[in-house]
Amino acid sequence: MTELCDRSGSQLSEGLRDGEITAVALAESAIARREDLDGRVAAFLTPTPEVALERAAAFDTYLATGAPQTGVAGIPLALKDVLATKGIRTTCGSKILETYVPPYDATAWTRLSGAGSVLVGKTNCDEFAMGSSNENSAFGPVHNPWDLDTVPGGSSGGSAAAVASGMTVWALGTDTGGSVRQPASLSGVVGLKPTYGRISRYGLIAFASSLDTVGTFTRSVRDAATLLGVMAGKDHRDATSLDAEVPDYAHGIDGGVAGLRVGVLAEAFGEGVEPDVAASVRAGIDRLAALGAEVGEATLPHAEYALSAYYLIAPSEASSNLARYDGVRYGLRVEGDDSIEMMFRTRGAGFGPEVKRRIMLGTYALSAGYYEAYYGQAQKVRTLILRDYAEAFERFDVLVSPTSPTTAFPIGAKADDPMAMYLNDIFTIPANLGGVPAISVPCGLDANGLPIGLQLTAKALDEVTLFRAAAALESDLGLDLRPPLLAAA
Amino acid sequence: MPVEIDIDHVAKLARVQLTDDEKATMRDQLAVILEHAAKVGEVAADDVAPTASPIPQVNVFREDSPEPSLSHDAALANAPASADDRFLVPKIAETGS
Repeated sequence: MTELCDRSGSQLSEGLRDGEITAVALAESAIARREDLDGRVAAFLTPTPEVALERAAAFDTYLATGAPQTGVAGIPLALKDVLATKGIRTTCGSKILETYVPPYDATAWTRLSGAGSVLVGKTNCDEFAMGSSNENSAFGPVHNPWDLDTVPGGSSGGSAAAVASGMTVWALGTDTGGSVRQPASLSGVVGLKPTYGRISRYGLIAFASSLDTVGTFTRSVRDAATLLGVMAGKDHRDATSLDAEVPDYAHGIDGGVAGLRVGVLAEAFGEGVEPDVAASVRAGIDRLAALGAEVGEATLPHAEYALSAYYLIAPSEASSNLARYDGVRYGLRVEGDDSIEMMFRTRGAGFGPEVKRRIMLGTYALSAGYYEAYYGQAQKVRTLILRDYAEAFERFDVLVSPTSPTTAFPIGAKADDPMAMYLNDIFTIPANLGGVPAISVPCGLDANGLPIGLQLTAKALDEVTLFRAAAALESDLGLDLRPPLLAAA
Repeated sequence: MPVEIDIDHVAKLARVQLTDDEKATMRDQLAVILEHAAKVGEVAADDVAPTASPIPQVNVFREDSPEPSLSHDAALANAPASADDRFLVPKIAETGS
C-alpha cells in the first residue's frame, strides 16, 4: 500500500502547502517504514527519529501562521554518513570514526536545514566512500530493496536503498567516481552528480578532493532540481565552490527534447554490458528520438583510459587526505609505546581492507621513482578526457550511456576481486575526471526484475539541460518503480 | 607485465600496520590493479599538460574578517586523550638523561 513516504518531494510539498498533510504525519510515515524494513535493508547507521519529529512539529506550527515555504520544507531527508552533522555521530562507515561527533555542520546540510528539511538519519556507505557495492562498510552491507540478496550499489548504497524503500523521501550522497549514479541505477531511483564545485564540500569528509561531489537521490528528476537549487552556490568555506549564478533549475524542466542534440556513446555498449541493460538504454534513446531529439553517435576516445587514471588519481588523493587519521585529535586510538607506533597501530586497526588497499595504492603511485609513470601520467589522461568532452559538447547537448554495465549483483559476488568491482564504475568515472554534471534515470527492469539506469551527461554548469532531457525521458517512460519488498509492507 | 611492489616499504610510508596475510593479499591485488593502471602510460604524450582539477580556480580570496570559531572544549571533545586544553599523545622524542 502506498503511504505518504512513497510520494515524490514535489507532490508532498504541494500537500503540505495546501494543508492536506502535515509534516509530522509524513515524518511518522517514513519512520514507520524504517522500523518495519530496515532490519532487513540496513540502510541507516544512525536514525534520528526524535530530531525528525521535533523538526516536523516545528514546521507544522510555522506553516499554521501562513508563512511561505521552500520546496524542501517539512520533507524527510537522509544524509550519507560522510557529511558532517553537528552533534550527530558521523562515521564514514569506518571503525576509525565510529564514535566521532562533529562540532560543525556540512554546508550542504546547513542550507537544506535552513530551508526546513527534516533529517531522518545518517545512511550506511562504503568506508570513506570507497566502493561500488556498500560491502566495504565497517558496519555491514546494505541490502538492495529490489532483492535483498543483492547489493544496492555504492558507495552511497544506504541513501539509495532508503529512498527506494520509502524510509526517506530523498537523500544526499557523494559521487567521486559514480557513488551516487551507480547505486541510483541499481536501486531504481534518480541520482544526480552536479558539476564539480556546484555544491560546497565544506563538511564533506574528504576522499579525493579533485573529484568529490555532493549529489542527490530522489524519486523524480524535478526533485533533484529542487534539492540542487537549495544547495548550489558559492561558499567561502570551500575555495573550490563555484561563484557561478544559480539558475532556477525547475524552470523549463518540462520543455521537452525537441531539437535537443543527443549523442550516444557508442563505446558504452560493448563487452561487459549486460544485454538487458544495453537493450533498455537503447529503448530509452529511441524514446528520446521519438520525442524529437536529434540523436547521433558520439565518442569519448580516451574514456577507455579513464578507469586507469581514476584508480591512480583517487587513491593518491585519498592517501593524502586520510593521513589525518592518526589517533591524535579525533577518532580511534590504539596505544603504542610512542606516537609513531600509535599511528601505525591505529590505522592498522581502524581502516578496513579496501581503504588500506587504496591508501597503499596511492602511496605507491606518489612515491619517489613512480610518481611520473603513474600519478603524472594519470593527470595527463585527465587533460585528454577534458578535451574529449569539449569536442563532444560542440556537437551534442547531452551524452547518453548506461549508468552501470550491470544490474544489482549478489552480495559477495565481487568482494574478493577488486578489479572486477572497479569495472562497475567504467561509465560513471569520466564525468568525475571531467567535472561535468551527470544524472542516472531509471529506464526499465531486467529479466530478473532489477532496475536499469540510463546516464545523461551535459557540459559543465548545464544542469538545466540535463534536467530537461531527463525529465522528458522520465515522463515518457512513466515507470512506476516499486520494489517488491514494499508490496508486503 | 606484473608489477613488483615492496609492500613493507609502502606500508611504512603510509603508516599502516599490516598483518602478514594482509601483505600477501595486498601484494597480489595491487599488482593486478597497477598492471591495469599502467595503461595511462600508453596515451599521454610529453606535449600533454597535466590537469590537477577539472575546473581550476586560482587565488581564491575572501575578506580576512574574524568569525566565530570552535571553543577549546568543542575542539577537544573528540580527542582520545587531552589535558590542559591540549591533545595528549605518547612521547614523541627521547628525553635527555
